[in-house]
Amino acid sequence: MKERIKQLCALDGVSGWEDEVRDYIRKTAEPSADEIREDVMGNLLVFRKGEKEGKTVMVAAHMDEVGLMVRGATEDGFIKFGTVGGMDRRLLFGKTLRCGQKKLPGVIGLKAPHLSKPSERESVPQVSDMYIDIGASSKDDALRKVQLGEVCAFDTAPEDFGNGLFKAKAVDDRIGCAVLLRLLEEKPVCDTWFAFTVQEEVGLRGSRTAAFALKPDIALVIEGTTGADRPDLKGTERVCAPGEGVVLSYMDGGSFYDRDLFEKMRGIADSEKIPWQLKRVVAGGTDAAAIQRSRSGVPVAGLAAAVRYIHAPVSVISWEDAENLYKLAKAFLSEV
Amino acid sequence: MLNIFETQQKLAAAYGPSGQERAVAEVIAELAKPYADDVYTDRLGNLIAVKKGGGEASVMFSAHMDSIGLIVTHIDENGFLWFSQIGGLAIWRIYGSVVRFQNGTRGVVYINGKAEPKDVKLSDLYIDIGAKDEASARKMVSVGDTAVFDQPTFLMGDNCLASPYLDDRIACVVLLAAMQDIQKTDNDLYFVFSSQEELGIRGAKAAAYGINPTYGFAVDVTMSGDIPEHKPKMECKLHGGAAVKIMDSSIICHPEVVKWLEATADREGITHQREILLAGGTDAGAIHVSRAGVYTGAISIPTRYIHNPVEVCSLDDVEACIRLVRAACDISL
Repeated sequence: MKERIKQLCALDGVSGWEDEVRDYIRKTAEPSADEIREDVMGNLLVFRKGEKEGKTVMVAAHMDEVGLMVRGATEDGFIKFGTVGGMDRRLLFGKTLRCGQKKLPGVIGLKAPHLSKPSERESVPQVSDMYIDIGASSKDDALRKVQLGEVCAFDTAPEDFGNGLFKAKAVDDRIGCAVLLRLLEEKPVCDTWFAFTVQEEVGLRGSRTAAFALKPDIALVIEGTTGADRPDLKGTERVCAPGEGVVLSYMDGGSFYDRDLFEKMRGIADSEKIPWQLKRVVAGGTDAAAIQRSRSGVPVAGLAAAVRYIHAPVSVISWEDAENLYKLAKAFLSEV
Repeated sequence: MLNIFETQQKLAAAYGPSGQERAVAEVIAELAKPYADDVYTDRLGNLIAVKKGGGEASVMFSAHMDSIGLIVTHIDENGFLWFSQIGGLAIWRIYGSVVRFQNGTRGVVYINGKAEPKDVKLSDLYIDIGAKDEASARKMVSVGDTAVFDQPTFLMGDNCLASPYLDDRIACVVLLAAMQDIQKTDNDLYFVFSSQEELGIRGAKAAAYGINPTYGFAVDVTMSGDIPEHKPKMECKLHGGAAVKIMDSSIICHPEVVKWLEATADREGITHQREILLAGGTDAGAIHVSRAGVYTGAISIPTRYIHNPVEVCSLDDVEACIRLVRAACDISL
């Protein structure tokens, strides 16, 4: 699974353009799938018949990552861009990108310190004032190299580091995709749809149509969530931390997870001796919010890995958490 | 062939802020009936004109009938009206504007004397209808009454059209013009003149669920970046042709639909450009996630001064959009 996470994080899949990731997942899932299809939105839906009849389960992870979109160019050939998905604009300066279909290298520029005024160095420019340098010589040159509307992904090498930690871009939610890929290789207890969704980062759009089509009795969402164990944060501000266990979702900005399912999950984690933690802040949202409100409602459960620097060009997770995430998801699904 | 200017003039003069689109629907229904197999209204006030085809696939076009406006929340003892917004109003855009109520009462919008220019809020503005006192004002309007921009529609400069509510009445004109040009169609066509878009694409959500189309297109205005010091920088401009939407805050248009639109426009010799709107959504946002998903795109009319009392677009672009909408009726992926 480690290898798969590395491979998945090396692929580009900005919301709306998840093709590379979807192709990889389809190829990997095909040998195990009883049925596999792609819907209008681009969700990849993989079905595995269960050992017993009765319930239909939906397990979801999203394929897309946050990125940038080309929306114009200056006269001297610098690309103007907008964001796809939410991110802190302070994280953009000096980052390298793969731009457009041709994956041209680009860098987000900023005036050199020697040239900027002290007042400029105090405030953070707006995204509309930033630009990507792709080494073009003019506006025409730039827009011939990358067209209006093409997307750019962060150029980050996936890499092990520290004590069992891993850094890459798009860990949110390639880690979820990798867990799903591993789960679907084994015959599940119930009929299960493994939904690799699109466009979660721009408004849970893929999961909304996927849930409508699949009509599940129960859903489990596997995500990356805000790990905030930084040196300057204490107590409740620490949210959750890589290495301290699987994050059990009870409530976030988008959903109040099904209480019965949450307590069942907690019980299973304890009896299986899988380390778990809870987020100390109610924030963020996942595909669960869209699935829960589908048709006449679906009970939802959620599991996540703590991700440091989520929605940034470089994020960090713990390998142990990834392994435990799989173990707990599997245990939960076998008792559904 | 439908006269764009005259039709826009008629539609802009009809009264239809979000939630009260009936008067606009009546004007549109009259113009649509001769060219449709059926015209009906649904529970949310969407006006839907149907042109039956072969029945294999269906296409839903959506242009919204509703406009932004003001709603009276309080009448003070001196006969001045205090209001809240219907849809997105911006303070310095409506300051000094002329408004009219459904019953014909007219007024002007200004700022109370105490408000600091730097910190003006919407609640600092009021409508003056020239009433001498509260009693007189209450004879003219009631709390809960709505008002819209009261400006003329006129031709301007090099083939430009200036009018209130190009957002989105000009798109209604585009659909009506395209409808007139259809002799035969393979796809079943649904021309939806939607309600309550400005409040959150509400009408289109219900319409899409009811129609359950194979393909969807929103027709709406989009920002053009060709005014002095426009922020943010946008490539989309007047006279640049029909704008094919890539993305806005409500939708990432289906890449296959975008590709089809651009290839079709090239083949038919229709001038076109791409548009990316970073803030703002359209009915396409509601259509594409309806049920199990719909192949959806959007054809936009580049417009200056959206949500201001007078908006400006190019007749060239409107004509290009009419041609592209007509071509889109035959979409097949």
